[in-house]
Amino acid sequence: MELTGLFFFLVGFLIMGGIYAVLCIALNIQWGMGGLFNAGIAGFFAVGAYASAIATTAFSEKHLGGFGLPIPIGLLAAAAVAGVAGWAVAKICVRLRSDYLAMASIGIAEILRLVIVNEEWITNGSLGISGIPRPFDGWVQGRPADLIFLATVWIVVLIAYLISERLHDSPWGRTLRAIRDNEDAARAAGKDVEWLKLQTFVIGAALMGVAGGLSAHYFKFLSPSATEPLLVTFLVWVMLMAGGSGNNRGAIAGGLGIWAIWSFTEIFTNRLPPEWATRSSYIRMLLIGLILQFVLQRYRSGLIPEKSPPVRFKD
Amino acid sequence: MIDFINFYLIPALTLGSIYALGAVGISMIFGILRFAHFAHGDVMTIGAYGTLTAVWFIPLPPLLLLPFGIGLAIASALAVDYFFYKPLRKLPTIYTVISSFGVALIFRSLAQILWSAENQVFVRGVTAPIILFDTFRISALHAQAIVITALIAVALHLFLTRSRTGRSMRAVADDPELASVAGLDTENVIRWTWIIGASLAAIAGVFAGLDTDVHPNLGWNLLLPMFAATILGGIGKPMGAMAGGIIIGLAEEISTYNWIGEESLISPSYKTAVGFFIMVVLLIFRPQGLFKGRLM
Repeated sequence: MELTGLFFFLVGFLIMGGIYAVLCIALNIQWGMGGLFNAGIAGFFAVGAYASAIATTAFSEKHLGGFGLPIPIGLLAAAAVAGVAGWAVAKICVRLRSDYLAMASIGIAEILRLVIVNEEWITNGSLGISGIPRPFDGWVQGRPADLIFLATVWIVVLIAYLISERLHDSPWGRTLRAIRDNEDAARAAGKDVEWLKLQTFVIGAALMGVAGGLSAHYFKFLSPSATEPLLVTFLVWVMLMAGGSGNNRGAIAGGLGIWAIWSFTEIFTNRLPPEWATRSSYIRMLLIGLILQFVLQRYRSGLIPEKSPPVRFKD
Repeated sequence: MIDFINFYLIPALTLGSIYALGAVGISMIFGILRFAHFAHGDVMTIGAYGTLTAVWFIPLPPLLLLPFGIGLAIASALAVDYFFYKPLRKLPTIYTVISSFGVALIFRSLAQILWSAENQVFVRGVTAPIILFDTFRISALHAQAIVITALIAVALHLFLTRSRTGRSMRAVADDPELASVAGLDTENVIRWTWIIGASLAAIAGVFAGLDTDVHPNLGWNLLLPMFAATILGGIGKPMGAMAGGIIIGLAEEISTYNWIGEESLISPSYKTAVGFFIMVVLLIFRPQGLFKGRLM
C-alpha cells in the first residue's frame, strides 16, 4: 500500500514536472536562445489553460462555450491564444531594451489576470470552469488515468523538445543567437532583428499556452487561483537558470530538479511543528529565491551548459 | 463637483503621491544602475512592516515612527545591493533584473514568515475627516500624504540641484563614463541612490498601508503603475517620475468617475489596467517619456 502511494506520488510529480519542463523549453526559446526577458509567464500559462478548457468542455451556461472539441484542438487553441497575446507584447517592445519587455510582460500578465477574474461570461469568474476532460477518460477511470495523462504530458514534452532542438540547430537558431550576443553585428549582416525577435517571443508564448492547457486537463478544474502568478513565473525562471539556459536538455533537467526540490521539501516542511508548517510554503519560496541568487552568481551556465550545434558541411 | 473633489480628486492625489514616491527610486536606480528594479515594491512593503512593528511598541502616531521603517528599508536595500546586485554589476544588466526579481520573492517570503501573511492595520477605528468651508471633506491621512509628498519633492529638487552628491548623481545618470573619468566616486553615488530610493519607498509603503492595510503583497501590487510612472516621467529623471506618479494616480481614479451618465467611465475592477494602458501607449509613441528621459 505504502509502495503504491509512493508510486502515484511519483506519477503526480512527473506530470507536474513535465508541465514545468514544457514551460522551461518555452522560456529557453525566448531567453536562452533569443535573450528576450519574459516576466509574464503566468499570464500566457493562464490564457492557455482557459483557452483549452473552454474549447474542450461540454456546453455550459456559466461560461463561454464550452465547445466540446477534442483535446488536441484545445491545446492548439491554447497555443494560438497565448501566441496572439505574446505577439501583442512583443510587437510593442522588441525594438526597445529588454527591461521594457520585462515591464510590459509583467503588465500583460496582470491584465490577463484581471480579465480572467472580471469577465465572468468568458471564465465564470472565481467559480471557475469544471468538468475539463482528460484524454481517453471515457475508457479509464481513477488512478490508471494518471498514467495515461503522464504519457500524454511527456509526449508533449518530447514534441516541444524536438521542435526546440530543430530551432536551435537551424540557421534560424544561429541567427537568433547572433542577435542575442551582438545585435548590432547581426543587423549589420542584414538580419531582420525585430522580426526574428517577434517570432521567438510568439513561439515561446504559444508553447507556454500549451503547458497551461495541459495543467487545465490535469486538474480538470480551473479557477483564477490556479494560476498563481508568482509561483509559476518564478519557478520557471529559477528552473531554466539552474538547468542551463540555451540548452533544451538543461531546461528539462532544471525543470525536474527544481520541481523535485519544491515538492520534496514539502514532505519535510509538513512535519515541522504546526506554527511553522503553516508558513512552510513561504520558507520554500525563500529557498527558491536564494537558489536563484546562488545560481546567478556562481553557476550561471547551469547544470547542462549551452553548446553550439555541430557544423555539418555538405559535400 | 464637490463630490468629485472629495471622493475622486483627493484620493487620486494620495494614490498619485504613493506612486510618485515609489517611482522616484525606480527612476533613479534605472538611471544610475541601469536596471529595472523589480523588488522596489517589496522595499515599500518592508518599510511599511518596519513602521508597523515600531507602532506595536511605541505609542506614537505611525507617521512619527516613519524613521524605523525608513531605516529598515535602507538597511535591506543596501544589504541586497551588496550581496546580490554588486556581484553582477559587470554582467549585462538583465542579470540584475532577474536577480531583483528573485529579491522581490525573498523580501515577500521574509515578510510572510516574520509578520505573517494576514492583513494588518496600523491604527484601528475611523478618524474623522477634516472639513473645510463646510464642503471639502479630506481625510487627515490624505492631507498628510499630499503635503509630505510635496515637501519631499521640493527637498529632492534642492538636493539634486544644489548639493554635491545630488549633482554627481545627475552626472552619473547622464553619462556614467564621463562621470567616472571626471573622478566622481561612483560607489558613493550608488549608495546614495539606494538610500534615497529606499527612504522614499518606505514612506510610500507606510502611506499605502495607512490608506488600507499592510500585507505582504502591498508593494508588489503597486509595482506596475510605478513602472508606468517611471516611463511616463522619462527614465533617470526623478522629478519627472514624481510628476508621472501623480498623473498615473489621477488617471486611475478619474477614469472610474461617472463622467457620462450614471455609469463609471471604466469598471473600477480594471483600474490598475489604466497605468499599464498609459505605459503601452507611451512605449509605442514616446518611449523617452514626457520629460525627455534617456531611451535605452
